[in-house]
Amino acid sequence: MSTSTVINKNSNIWNGGVEPLKASYGKLMMWFFLLSDTLTFAALLITYALSRFASPTFAGDIKDFFPSQTWWPIPEKVYTHIPFTHIPAPLAFVGLMTFILIMSSVTMVLAVEAGHRMDKIAVQKWMLWTILGGLTFLGCQAWEWTIFIKGTEEGLKLADGTIIHGANLTMNEYGPPLFADLFFFITGFHGTHVFSGVLINIIIFYNVAIGTYQQRGHYEMVEKVGLYWHFVDLVWVFVFTFFYLV
Amino acid sequence: MAHGHDHHHSSHTQVLPPDKAKINLIWKTALILAIITTMEFILAFTVPRGTLLITIFVSLTLVKAFYIVGEFMHLKYEVKTLIWSIILPTMFIMWFIVALIVEGDAILFMRESVLKNY
Repeated sequence: MSTSTVINKNSNIWNGGVEPLKASYGKLMMWFFLLSDTLTFAALLITYALSRFASPTFAGDIKDFFPSQTWWPIPEKVYTHIPFTHIPAPLAFVGLMTFILIMSSVTMVLAVEAGHRMDKIAVQKWMLWTILGGLTFLGCQAWEWTIFIKGTEEGLKLADGTIIHGANLTMNEYGPPLFADLFFFITGFHGTHVFSGVLINIIIFYNVAIGTYQQRGHYEMVEKVGLYWHFVDLVWVFVFTFFYLV
Repeated sequence: MAHGHDHHHSSHTQVLPPDKAKINLIWKTALILAIITTMEFILAFTVPRGTLLITIFVSLTLVKAFYIVGEFMHLKYEVKTLIWSIILPTMFIMWFIVALIVEGDAILFMRESVLKNY
């Protein structure tokens, strides 16, 4: 180990031994993977923004809003349901989901901090909290989808007199079918990322538990999976704004 | 960013005490993120919908993104070249978002004027 450092001291920076950009190969590649993933998510969100601005909006006062396939829905009029209750609480459930994901990001960064100190017990603890947060978020999202797919009891009366309830890829009681399509694609694609994140977290947790990184002498793998997990949180922050707030 | 590679084959490793300053910063960042999210939530119900509200929402989202990427993902403390190789492509995406929102508006204008004429 030490001999290779001596040899590389006088050679070119790119010939190995020295880390370009002072980040390890794995971390650098994770950054560029995340950048490419940003492009994919951006494509989906930009499609949403374009479709939204190209569709007519409800002209009257927000209090008088009623769903129609002619205009784009107002999110706070669509997502009003909390499991187990019948009290309308616009955006409250999705607000809770945002909070859960941010908290799991916090526990992840605490796991990374513990890794820097070679504190195996603390890494395990915080990784478990992160996994729990991720699973809770996924559970909430499954619920959110169920509510959206089932729809309301009144449903929406179409021009030909048929009444539709809920939404799928071709029908949508809340607005134009395109709105439901984008809902399923964007939150679904993000949910897939959360799901893979949880799986990767479980693998890393297992490796921490059996002492792989303690033996290796560093917890950089926790840092790398941490980057991915924060990215998933970051994407949700944007989905929350563009899908639920704007 | 401790580069653990140096103590590669050390047989037993010492557990260091928690870094208080670092942990405080993590919780402070979490608090800021929670406060901004609550603010967005309140604004959604108090401020009338329009360009002003959208601008506020997008700016607050960018502030949140800054804290997540800068502190949690540690990008603030990386080498300048790495920071810019992430930020620069992202700036082009921002431009793309604005460009296609304007385009969407133009499509709506076209649709409505076509509907009026027929």
